Amino acid sequence: MTGPDPRNSAPESPEEAASGGTLITSLALRQRAGGIAVPAVTVVIAFLMGGIVVLATGHNPLIAYRDIFNGAGLNWIFHPTTSLVPTASYNLSQTLLQTTTLILCGLAVAFAFRCGMFNIGGQGQYFVGIYVANWLGYDFAGMSPVPHILLCIVAATLAGAVWAGIAGFLKATAGAHEVISTIMLNWIAIWIGEWLFGDGGPLQNAANKAVPISNDIANSAKLPVFWGQQQLQGLDVGFFVAIAALVVFWAILNRTTMGYEVRAVGFNPEAAAYGGINVKKNLIRAMAISGAFAGLAGAIDMTGYLYHYGQTDIPFSSVGFLGIAVALLGRNTAAGTGAAALLFGALLFGTTHGLTSNVIQPELAGNLTYIIQGLVVLFIGADVLILYVWNTRRKLRRARSAEAVSAR
Amino acid sequence: MTEELVLEMRGIRKEFPGVLANDDVNLDIRKGEVHALLGENGAGKSTLMNILCGLYHPDAGEILLEGKPVTFASARDAIQAGIGMVHQHFMLIPVMTVAENIVLGVEPVRHGLLDEDRAEASVRELSERFGLAVEPGALVGEITVGQEQRVEILKSLYRGADILILDEPTAVLTPQEAHELFGIIESLKADGKSIIFISHKLDEVLAIADRITVLRRGRKIETVPREGATEASLARAMVGREVLLQVEKGPSQPGEVLLAVNDLQVFDDRGIEKVRGMSFEVRAGEIVGIAGVDGNGQTELIDAITGLRRIAGGSVTVAGRTLEGANARDMLDAGVGHIPEDRQRRGLVLEFSIAENIALHDYARAPNAKWGWLFPARLIERARRLIVEFDVRGGGPLTRAGGLSGGNQQKLVAAREIARDPKVLVAAQPTRGLDVGAIEYLHRRIVTERDHGRAVLLISLELDEILSLSDRILVIYEGRIAGEHAGDVSEQEIGLEMLGGREQAIA
Repeated sequence: MTGPDPRNSAPESPEEAASGGTLITSLALRQRAGGIAVPAVTVVIAFLMGGIVVLATGHNPLIAYRDIFNGAGLNWIFHPTTSLVPTASYNLSQTLLQTTTLILCGLAVAFAFRCGMFNIGGQGQYFVGIYVANWLGYDFAGMSPVPHILLCIVAATLAGAVWAGIAGFLKATAGAHEVISTIMLNWIAIWIGEWLFGDGGPLQNAANKAVPISNDIANSAKLPVFWGQQQLQGLDVGFFVAIAALVVFWAILNRTTMGYEVRAVGFNPEAAAYGGINVKKNLIRAMAISGAFAGLAGAIDMTGYLYHYGQTDIPFSSVGFLGIAVALLGRNTAAGTGAAALLFGALLFGTTHGLTSNVIQPELAGNLTYIIQGLVVLFIGADVLILYVWNTRRKLRRARSAEAVSAR
Repeated sequence: MTEELVLEMRGIRKEFPGVLANDDVNLDIRKGEVHALLGENGAGKSTLMNILCGLYHPDAGEILLEGKPVTFASARDAIQAGIGMVHQHFMLIPVMTVAENIVLGVEPVRHGLLDEDRAEASVRELSERFGLAVEPGALVGEITVGQEQRVEILKSLYRGADILILDEPTAVLTPQEAHELFGIIESLKADGKSIIFISHKLDEVLAIADRITVLRRGRKIETVPREGATEASLARAMVGREVLLQVEKGPSQPGEVLLAVNDLQVFDDRGIEKVRGMSFEVRAGEIVGIAGVDGNGQTELIDAITGLRRIAGGSVTVAGRTLEGANARDMLDAGVGHIPEDRQRRGLVLEFSIAENIALHDYARAPNAKWGWLFPARLIERARRLIVEFDVRGGGPLTRAGGLSGGNQQKLVAAREIARDPKVLVAAQPTRGLDVGAIEYLHRRIVTERDHGRAVLLISLELDEILSLSDRILVIYEGRIAGEHAGDVSEQEIGLEMLGGREQAIA
């Protein structure tokens, strides 16, 4: 055993270092120490276990993963000149379409996290954005395109902010835990949608009253498509909005006084209050900003490629929840969220479009994404445990080597 | 005391990630001696004792009990070997009686149930034998801190401890209680028990110890008999250089009233009235110390003056302006600086860098920010200056505050508060848990700030600190001022008032 390296000797007193720690201190440690190593390991383990599932069904996981990779269009990068290109470029545009939504839904979770809150309501906030964008996109037909699109997007974003702001307000004033209130707000949003688009609902389409589905938004409310064709669900400029949102997220947190307040409250509300920061105001505002990201996701999806929404689509949407996995894997940072969103976007599209029945059990195909998503969340939640096991093992090893020394 | 060794620790080494907490430490304890373990925070005292009582395993070295090598796999092994430890934070169950707490885990049983009578009898027998007055039937939640400590000691004795480790036992006691504790230690010693007394207070160690072992940065510096040791020689061994133990300060020159508290009334979170009509003034250029036992309204008083807690009645006036309904922001703007009593929980955002922590009050002001846009480079630039000026060691502007040692964290807080040029400086427990070197620095700094014409309100549980720094002393008892003195009052007189003695004498 070597002596302590003076270059990286931890300045904590041994008493402090040894007092072990609460969950919070371990979480803080994880945030600091992890870098990208821990999320990377998490992903690798999740893929390995997903591979075991594939193997158990009698298929080759390596081929399955290769096909997912290709199905997501990621092979486009390697051979942009071969005949594969049309398919690959289409696949990649679809992957990026998913990525767009996931970036925004991930930011919706990450921003609240940075203020010390867990926003599980991304799904509901996303729906609210969908509803408002659909309503304005249809009802305000006749506006010129730029103002119409802006109206839809701004209003839907604000609606998401208000929806999440309710949870922030309840937390700040009544102490209601945001996990509970955002879950309940999800259900309220779901049932509002069931009513809006359902039989005789105010947003149900005018043409065929038998179908519980909304009207299509006006052409003036549709975002321009820059990759592929609009009829074939090409990639719209909403993708750039999502990239811009990543930059905005980073800038708010690291370059504004508001972000300073958010982080101070997130790390230590008591010290923030002592510093003269209004903690309650920040809780409400951070939740609202979170909701704005999710509302924006809904608006971008509606104006970018969905154009209409059906009552039956509502129970099948889970982008808000995928956003949690994205934020967790991305460690609530802008770059991490972007990367994690791309990973999950590729998985979502790759598993549903790249796999054939001789590569993987058909029932398993789409679900592989959710298996991997679940494993990622599980491992991230458990890496406090992994750190603990690591430390214990190291202690044991030292104790053993000490015994070996004294036995000699 | 005999020369007979009951315990030897040889070549103990313990390493934590990045920190060598104990390096080849030897310690021997004789039968019936009081052996003080002296050292600054982080010197490795607690680590060594945690090894001795089985909580940590040493990386190297051995422990010999009456000449025989032993290894402790757990705290239980150490207890069975006769080693008992009284921690700084007591581990008692408030809803159970004194006797129940003491016998917990090794209860006398009759018909499968706790034999209350036998438990109480044996506790009573023990407490009489060692002069540890406690009421076996009393609920622990209703006894004083000093009594809780006795219960902890009895707990160890009940389990047959021959070697008793007391970790900073006087930190939570009033001077009177500390005096009584020393009496108890004498009687334990007379009974042949060995006592390891962990402390960083030099006067105490010289008063009670037979031999003194000094640790510094994980190494044993020396073991000396009390005879011949002086405060100065021990401080030098602890810190590794000459230390000024006495605060040098000239007479105060009080100016205008900068802080006036008038008939103040404050409630705590549970709605209990903790400050009950306090009035006092602090003038420019003077240090007013507030002495008192913990929990007599100090925290609520500080919170009210700094705008962190609503004022229920009365008023706080800063530099002639009476602030009503003021929040923390208002008080900061009015010129109140605040070194909080808990620097880790309140004074710092440990995850923030030094630069970000220095900006905690003024992050939104020019030149740190403009129109809500933050300029990190300016935060860093300012931090760089203050780090030099306040001698904060252990990192640069981008170092995480949580990575600094306690003393440097406190210097960081002081730097932030003083650099804002406050009119009133509220210093709550400014040196709690700090080592001699850092205490020296902060005390000097507080006196300097007084001389710069600030009004300093010093709140401390350490009577020594109050006595050595204050120009005037107020004693707080149950939310009221129980006495006011000039700075040169005796410890005894204040001690009595801290316990409400004068009030009782009048009644």
